[in-house]
Amino acid sequence: MSRFGHPGLLIGGTLTLLIAAMALLSLVWTPYPPDAIRIAARLQPPTWAHWLGTDHFGRDMLSMIMVGARNSISVGAVAVGLGMAVGVPLGLAAATLGGWTDEAVGRLTDLTFAFPAILSAILITALLGPGAVNAIVAIGILNIAVFARVTRAAALHVMARPFVRAAAALGRGPLSVTLVHVLPNVAGALVVQATISFAVAILAEAGLSYLGLGIQPPAPSWGKMLNEAQTFMAPRPTLAIFPGAAIALAVLGLNLLGDGLRDLLDPRIGKVSAKR
Amino acid sequence: MIFRPPSLAPQSLALGARLSLAVGALLLALGVPAPTGASAQARDRLVIGMHLEPPHLDPTAGAAAAIDEVTYANLFESLTRIDARGEVIPGLAESWQVSPDGLTYTFKLRANVRYHDGTGFDAADVKFALDRARGPDSVNAQKAYFAAIASVETPDPLTVIVGLSRPDGQFLFNMGSNDAAIVAPESAATNKQKPIGTGPFKFDRWVSGDRVVLARNPDFRDPTVPKLREVVFRFISDPAAQLNAMRSGDVDAFPNIGATETLPVLEADKNFVVTVGTTEGETVLALNNARKPFDDVRVRRALAFAVNRQDVIDGAMFGYGTPIGSHFAPHRAGYVDLTGMYPHDPAKARALLAEAGYPNGIDAVIKLPPPIYARRGGEIIAAQLAEVGVRLRIEPMEWAPWLEQVFKGRDFDMTIISHVEPLDIDIYNRPDYYFGYHGDRFAAVMDKLSRAIEPDARAALYGDAQRIIAEDSVNVFLFQLPKAGVHRAGLTGLWENSPVPANDVTAVSWK
Repeated sequence: MSRFGHPGLLIGGTLTLLIAAMALLSLVWTPYPPDAIRIAARLQPPTWAHWLGTDHFGRDMLSMIMVGARNSISVGAVAVGLGMAVGVPLGLAAATLGGWTDEAVGRLTDLTFAFPAILSAILITALLGPGAVNAIVAIGILNIAVFARVTRAAALHVMARPFVRAAAALGRGPLSVTLVHVLPNVAGALVVQATISFAVAILAEAGLSYLGLGIQPPAPSWGKMLNEAQTFMAPRPTLAIFPGAAIALAVLGLNLLGDGLRDLLDPRIGKVSAKR
Repeated sequence: MIFRPPSLAPQSLALGARLSLAVGALLLALGVPAPTGASAQARDRLVIGMHLEPPHLDPTAGAAAAIDEVTYANLFESLTRIDARGEVIPGLAESWQVSPDGLTYTFKLRANVRYHDGTGFDAADVKFALDRARGPDSVNAQKAYFAAIASVETPDPLTVIVGLSRPDGQFLFNMGSNDAAIVAPESAATNKQKPIGTGPFKFDRWVSGDRVVLARNPDFRDPTVPKLREVVFRFISDPAAQLNAMRSGDVDAFPNIGATETLPVLEADKNFVVTVGTTEGETVLALNNARKPFDDVRVRRALAFAVNRQDVIDGAMFGYGTPIGSHFAPHRAGYVDLTGMYPHDPAKARALLAEAGYPNGIDAVIKLPPPIYARRGGEIIAAQLAEVGVRLRIEPMEWAPWLEQVFKGRDFDMTIISHVEPLDIDIYNRPDYYFGYHGDRFAAVMDKLSRAIEPDARAALYGDAQRIIAEDSVNVFLFQLPKAGVHRAGLTGLWENSPVPANDVTAVSWK
């Protein structure tokens, strides 16, 4: 396996790149405007003019899926970024300071993990109100706990290693030790976790939008497309199949990529994150 | 699996056992739904699906049609009653006489009527209910129905004499509405949560967010009514869930199904009967006439030119729905076809916007209540208006906040809603109504109408009224909501049309 590269990594990377490329392309070009409603052309099967057919408003499915990819990736990226920005410092603080800080961070993450992620996200958007920004916040909050825990575990592992002790013995302060020695050595685990969290975030966004709590119309979203397809399953099943496939492929791609990266990066750190 | 002892049973036997288990499970899976589907509606129980949950259950204190769709004729009764054809028939009054000048109505009440809490019903209750509805503290959604009443007298317990200040051609019809329900002084204050009426069904329980259950009133004056033991109103807003509830047998009837694209699927199934009738629901893109820039008639006309009505009907309703050009039901006497007044013309719309001082278009918010015609229609209209430079931000809302914020609070730019009261064009004569329109010309026509008795004269005045609000383009008039419904085969007595918002199940039975 290792001699020919990592097939999961290759497949995952390719899928992720393809979807990212589709999202990027949608910034400058889509076959049709994704919100162009043409009632006369509604519910068309895949044709040369509309590669993936049209929805119940006559909108081009391919264009909607392309822009939907962009929306999913944006929500996922910002949510994961938010989780890292808050969660990593929390995790590092817990690992370095120990004591009540560690306790507090630990209990808070336990509290977050006590509820299934998607339920918490629904709860948060129900409280804050529906919308893309609130969906990002909801998914981001869950990621804070994930990253705090992963960072803490990985940091403790690194801190037990001799070079960190050596640095401390040489008189380096805890902040300096953390930033110079610990953080770079947990970066691998964080990259792996980010990839997997990204997949979860895309799934969560699709779930929220499916329920009408995420991205609001007329902006296209994979989850919303699935929701709208429901009553058209009999005449036009492709309306559900294509956005469903997009979600599945994106999540599969990111998960394979995450697994591959974990194997590729420091295996010991990989195992730490795997235990989470 | 837990019970499979691999050491005792030979592999083939275990396989056989598993197979028979699997077959049994399969038979169960196939067989169980059919009997439950049939026995769940044990012939005296009916489950009706509704799109929206009522905000409360007091018809004298709210405009939401969902209140009427649960309580009308089932739980509450009025002096007169509107039947399935829209005719006025006796209600709590068994007969009445109208004086030749049209100013005095003498109602003879039914004897032996009791409220569900056991209190008696007589003329004093009628006087209480009418005085309450027309009084200064009235929160009745249709106060105009009672505006002509000058006096209510009760010479004896079974006679009520209502004196009017002016003839009112719609009076008997309006007295049959749910807004004119005769509520009792003992229970009027608590009807919102625990409605007490005189009807053949009494309130049993309300599971918030899910269902309202009505039970047969054993003390009803006519022992042959109702035929059902229990009626459940279930609230299911998701169109896919509506379809599934029908197909699984959880719901016996959806008198107004939201997603009309599911009708062909249900029609193809011989277990279901699909009916498409009329309602009094004028569906409009309502504009806040009291708010800039919609206070400018040029802007409102521009919007009318920008909207492609047929596309809205096709896209949101799958073709079910009759286009309207003003606020009047096409099946009503006096209807004038004004659908040609603002043909779809984006260029003209842009020119009008420029003329009104908005060459770069307008930014506005459209607040959409849950009905699917509103949600889908809003998306289509947003796309249509975008073509002429009107940039809409879509804000989907739940029903209760919509009623509070838009309908009561008048905090909105645009919305989409169906006005389901019959002959309700007079709402354009209420300056405090949510879309905030006032026109002297219209007020003059309404004034004449309130005094006109002759059907021809009334029809002509209704025509004038329709023209004025169409010319003023108060709202963008979209389509008459159809009563597109589906029910299980074998169910009889449901209304095919909706002359008033109602699910009158007093005559419903299973064959």
